[in-house]
Amino acid sequence: MTTAATPVRKATPPSAPAAGARVKRPGLGKRLELALLLGPALLVFVGFVLVPIGIAGFYSLFKWNGFGPLDDFIGFDNYVDAFSGTVFQGAIVHNLIIAGLSIVVQLPLSIGLAMLLNRKLRGRAVLRALVFAPYVLSEAITAVIWVLMLQPGGFADQVLKGAGLGGLVHQWLADPGIVLYTLFAVITWKYVGFGIILLLAGLQGVPAELREAAALDGASAWQTTRHVVLPLLGPTIRIWIFLSVIGSLQLFDVVWIMTLGGPANASTTMATYLVDHGFKRYEFGFGSAVAVILFVICFVFALLYQRFALRRDTEGALTRMVG
Amino acid sequence: MRSRRFGLSMGYLAAIVVLGVTVVPLLFVVLGGFRTNAQINSAPAGLPGPWVTDNYASVLGSGAFWTFLGNSALVAVIATAVAVGLGSMAGYALSRYHFKGREALYTLFTLGLLFPLTVATLPLYLWLRQLGMLETFWGVAIPEAAFSLPVTIVILRPFMHAIPGELEDAAVLDGATRLGFFWRILLPLSAPALTTVGVLAFVTSWNAYLLPLLVFNDSAHFTLPLGVATFQSQYSQDTARVLAFTALSMIPALAFFVLAERRIVGGLTGSVKG
Repeated sequence: MTTAATPVRKATPPSAPAAGARVKRPGLGKRLELALLLGPALLVFVGFVLVPIGIAGFYSLFKWNGFGPLDDFIGFDNYVDAFSGTVFQGAIVHNLIIAGLSIVVQLPLSIGLAMLLNRKLRGRAVLRALVFAPYVLSEAITAVIWVLMLQPGGFADQVLKGAGLGGLVHQWLADPGIVLYTLFAVITWKYVGFGIILLLAGLQGVPAELREAAALDGASAWQTTRHVVLPLLGPTIRIWIFLSVIGSLQLFDVVWIMTLGGPANASTTMATYLVDHGFKRYEFGFGSAVAVILFVICFVFALLYQRFALRRDTEGALTRMVG
Repeated sequence: MRSRRFGLSMGYLAAIVVLGVTVVPLLFVVLGGFRTNAQINSAPAGLPGPWVTDNYASVLGSGAFWTFLGNSALVAVIATAVAVGLGSMAGYALSRYHFKGREALYTLFTLGLLFPLTVATLPLYLWLRQLGMLETFWGVAIPEAAFSLPVTIVILRPFMHAIPGELEDAAVLDGATRLGFFWRILLPLSAPALTTVGVLAFVTSWNAYLLPLLVFNDSAHFTLPLGVATFQSQYSQDTARVLAFTALSMIPALAFFVLAERRIVGGLTGSVKG
């Protein structure tokens, strides 16, 4: 539309390009405007997002504590060290377990609850708002709430005992065999409302006529759900999985506040490992290598996911992810 | 008919379970703040009896809470203003100007959606140290705005693109420059989308923990999430006070959510209309 309007415009602004300038070629005025409009955003974005990530790649090739001269080039040794260390291997496994559990537990839970809540219940609006409440709290506040709830002999334990389930009581955050699942439960508490809201929005898009038609054809409730509703929720589910896996891979706040990755590294994630080595032990080179690994894992997952899963929804799904 | 009623009662049952699981922890915190440590120790899941207001009073009177609150607000306002300001300018350029490399630039910004802040923290920290931005609110707000820019632009560009070109032509005929059109017509028309991206940027910044953790050492600069976590580990013996502190910290987020619910949910669900 700009092209069509340009001849008109050319006459109006005082800074119009000299007569005879080609329409397609941006004039000086337009270029100045573009620079003015795009410059600040680019400066901030490149300066504080792209450059730091690029620099991480550079630092990762050095043994460096973040303070002295950057002169101990060691090539890919940091990467080799990271991958050959059992703690980091464990961290990757922990991230994958959380991601896997999200898909196996949180997703069906969210779908089921969204379908149940999609009825014309009284007070539905209030209900939705309350279900969403944990999602708006910061992860830090969430973590503190649950640290307090899960104290040995505390609220959670007393409720379990009161319900006759005293045998379930555990050292929720101190038992290496349990801690990761405790953290997963906390994360589920915080994020399940997000899934429900997304899926409820998706369900709004399922025309009632379709269900009625299926029911008229003699389909059971389960068959209707399986063959009509779920396929139509496909795009929502695929986006949910994407966001959930990326979030699981970057898990930090809740873990750091609740366990610092302990006990005995039983809940270390890639991100807590990165912060621990980078900022607590001043291994900036090594920490950068971990950051690059985390980045590559997220990036490869995102590309593959877009290629094989999201592509079915829309062309250029990456851009539609939030738009 | 019978199965419909059955479905409805299952719906109510689910609603009650979900509500319980969601709300009980929040109630535990709020009510816990009205109890004494002795009460909490003897009956962790009990109700206040008698109700005690000392914990809340001491938190509200200590100043630390207000400092954290003010810092969070300041950082979030700066981050939101920068993200929305720069994002809307870039969104305008990317949606209504024709120039070489426009799509490449847009792709560059969208790629930012995949860059987690965690990955960039180490160099970002060094970068901020070099720029002398450690212990400053800008040091947290600007990077947070930078990481909010991709979402902002990705939401704003299609919105601005959809505004009819005739409006622009008319404005130009009336003597407006392109920048005048942007300022006087496009921005006001984009208000719904601007509110959505503003709310998202604000909430992201308000809830951020990692970046403030690295940038701020001085507790006078702490934001609320950082303050809550620190307070909890500092006063771990004084559970009642930690509960009161946490309960008060939840209020701004929940209140903001009540005010901006449509924008938050709309911004998130708008994401999956595909």
